[in-house]
Amino acid sequence: MTANAIELQGISKSFGSVHANRDIDLVVAKGTIHGIIGENGAGKSTLMSILYGFYQADRGTISVDGTQVMIKDSDAAIGLGIGMVHQHFMLVEPFTVLENVMLGAEGGALLNKGRAEARKELQRLEKEYELNVDPDAVVGDLPVGLQQRVEILKALYRGAEILILDEPTGVLTPDEADHLFRILGQLRAQGKTVLLITHKLREIMAITDDVSVMRQGQMVATRHTAETSVEELAELMVGRRVLLQVDKGEANPGKVKLEVRNLEVVDDIGVRRVKNASLTVRAGEIVGIAGVSGNGQSELLEAIAGIGPIDSGEVELFDIDGEPTGWRPRHGLGHVPEDRHRMGLVTKFSARENTILGYQRNAEFGSGLFLDRAAVLKASKAQMERFDVRPPDPGLKAANFSGGNQQKIVLAREIEQDPDVLLIGQPTRGVDVGAIESIHRRLIELRDDGKAILLVSVELDEIRALSDRILVMFAGEIMGEVGPEASEREIGLLMSGVRAEDAA
Amino acid sequence: MNKDLPGWVDYGLLPLLNLLTAFLVAGVVVLAIGENPIEAVGHILYGAFGYGNGIGYTLFYTTNFIFTGLAVAVAFHASQFNIGGEGQAYLGGLGVGLACLMLDQYLPWWGILPVAILLGASFGAIWGAIPGILYAKRGAHVVITTIMFNFISYSLMNYLINEYLKVPGNASVQSRTFEQTAWMPKLTWLEGLMPGISTSPANLSFVIALIACVFVYILIWRTKFGYEVRVYGASPSAARYAGISTTRVVVVTMAISGGLAGLLGLNPVMGDQTRIFLDIPQQAGFVGIAVALMGRSHPLWIVFAALLFGTLYQGGAELAFEMPSITRDMVVVIQGLVILFAGAMEYMFRPWVARAFSMREQPNG
Repeated sequence: MTANAIELQGISKSFGSVHANRDIDLVVAKGTIHGIIGENGAGKSTLMSILYGFYQADRGTISVDGTQVMIKDSDAAIGLGIGMVHQHFMLVEPFTVLENVMLGAEGGALLNKGRAEARKELQRLEKEYELNVDPDAVVGDLPVGLQQRVEILKALYRGAEILILDEPTGVLTPDEADHLFRILGQLRAQGKTVLLITHKLREIMAITDDVSVMRQGQMVATRHTAETSVEELAELMVGRRVLLQVDKGEANPGKVKLEVRNLEVVDDIGVRRVKNASLTVRAGEIVGIAGVSGNGQSELLEAIAGIGPIDSGEVELFDIDGEPTGWRPRHGLGHVPEDRHRMGLVTKFSARENTILGYQRNAEFGSGLFLDRAAVLKASKAQMERFDVRPPDPGLKAANFSGGNQQKIVLAREIEQDPDVLLIGQPTRGVDVGAIESIHRRLIELRDDGKAILLVSVELDEIRALSDRILVMFAGEIMGEVGPEASEREIGLLMSGVRAEDAA
Repeated sequence: MNKDLPGWVDYGLLPLLNLLTAFLVAGVVVLAIGENPIEAVGHILYGAFGYGNGIGYTLFYTTNFIFTGLAVAVAFHASQFNIGGEGQAYLGGLGVGLACLMLDQYLPWWGILPVAILLGASFGAIWGAIPGILYAKRGAHVVITTIMFNFISYSLMNYLINEYLKVPGNASVQSRTFEQTAWMPKLTWLEGLMPGISTSPANLSFVIALIACVFVYILIWRTKFGYEVRVYGASPSAARYAGISTTRVVVVTMAISGGLAGLLGLNPVMGDQTRIFLDIPQQAGFVGIAVALMGRSHPLWIVFAALLFGTLYQGGAELAFEMPSITRDMVVVIQGLVILFAGAMEYMFRPWVARAFSMREQPNG
């Protein structure tokens, strides 16, 4: 029996008063695929960053291949045969595959010699692992699935024996994910060790040999995948049984509140992001838009919200009598944007100042040119109380709230304006479990109050749990509509661009 | 490393550290030319605050720097880097001067003042707004365009003064002197406190500069427009989400910025020289950048930063006079060091200070 690929003992790391990792022990056997699972914020990424030399552990030891080592930067990690495929690719888009692979390992001041060697090596690697990528293709032109393979090639080219993949399937279609898993299997067959970080239980069950579960900075369990179940892992992850199914009654849809007709969005480089999209949302229903991220959902949502470009098509809002009320952004149209750090909040501002973002010209926050600071403070306090934002301190900078509380600040602001139509993007991205439940409950309440809600989320489970109707987008097109009872396979096919009639 | 530090560190300790470093390095320079740095500091302080006339000069320079510092700061809040204070102030001086030339036969200074403020501010505002429009509509970077507009202003003013404003038959390149009734009053009411101040160029513009500080504070932190400016400056994407018009924010902010720089014209044109002359701003537009950086774009701190540079300007002149081996150019070097450490490298000590603080917090964290 050979030594273990990786052994971590007593690894601890804190940032200020936050313990990101606490006394972590981890043993990864050579030649296996080892899953690390946990919720967002459980400390997975921190642990991997320590292993890859981005951070130094405050305490604890790391052994690679049975030898205790110090990993003080990523160069040291690469030297030890550790490679990392980041969640957000670290690629130079205008460069070719070959140039990207060579980057940082050019082998001398002149490129020619290194390039020839790299090309030879690349061909060998591609053959060995079925990583079909054209070395001369420009990376920016490749689909994300292939870009990810370039990242893997980069790591292998540097002689990686241990490969860390951080949330690799977040950007992939089910098909691309399957291909990735085949590649990982190939790597294992060649004796490489793979560390797979994810929060998706299905992937763990599908591909790993062993799985370790993290929760709130601690390693709570390690299991042989064959001897565990999705239910057990889910429970370990959140520390109690999860209700993936949200309690909700039958929807009671009323009149159409929002209608979108033949909407087309073309971005500034001329790519058609949304193609001929039409949809309606009625009072008292939640319409979910599912799809792999980057298939036009964001652009569609922003266009309807009135802040993104629209090439052609119409958006119409209706009042109680079914009369068009005119379409003005943020007037009777609430918008919880997908990215609260970039859009929903000004993170440098206090919670109080964020209370009026988008509503700063409303008469309730001051007449004429001036802001009524007392009114803003009052609104902020009231919203924080009603939405249980913690800590309830209007003067605290938005950046200093946790993800869930930041999201509550945004939700509170939009809901308190009492809009008829609510557009919601990624309501629970980066939000802890407790907050997810309360946000989901709140959305159902709003539905039952007769609001028309359009929900965009890349979490299929969330879409299925909340929506009364589901629209699936692929490559800018709405591929079809299904009910919440539709099978994952059915939705998955639509998500990868296969219509029901084609699949038959 | 963008940790939050207590306010007194950001606004007090760090600028102080930067300033001390600047003076230390400057001190080494003074030592190298064979003079005593302590004595040199003494001369600077005496020159700037030791007697009424000196204080007057200090306040005169401070006034200029407050105006340009505010101008740069307002633009900073919309994340625009206005390097064109120089040109905007020059044009503002033209506006102020024209008001005086047109009205000094008919009105006393207090009757002319509102018109002078209006014209000076609008001339500066136009000179600031054009780069704003070019950026908002065409994406031309404000750093480039405003500095180009400085050069345009030099040529334009040369032409206007030589062709239209010069007194015929007089060799000096300047307009006629305004009637004495049009002159901005000196700070004579301080004469009792600081004898000699009324012989200096210090004038009522200093008070107007302080009022401008209050105006900027209210504009940025108390108005809806100021809120929109700060949202845009902090996060353009959040501004788009909030339905804030980029064009409006950028153009109006640049106009206000230019207008504040334009008001500088009051000080030298109406308050000191009492005529339109060449090179009205005398580098104040550039010093304003350092003042705004040091003052963290906040009006209150800008007053102190402007006073510091005013002290260096006036005290530096005294120093060059008292220690002939330290030439006028040496004084510029010392001022440059302060700008370097306090302005351009203002965050040099931040990582270390932040680390020292996080270490202190560790045990109870």
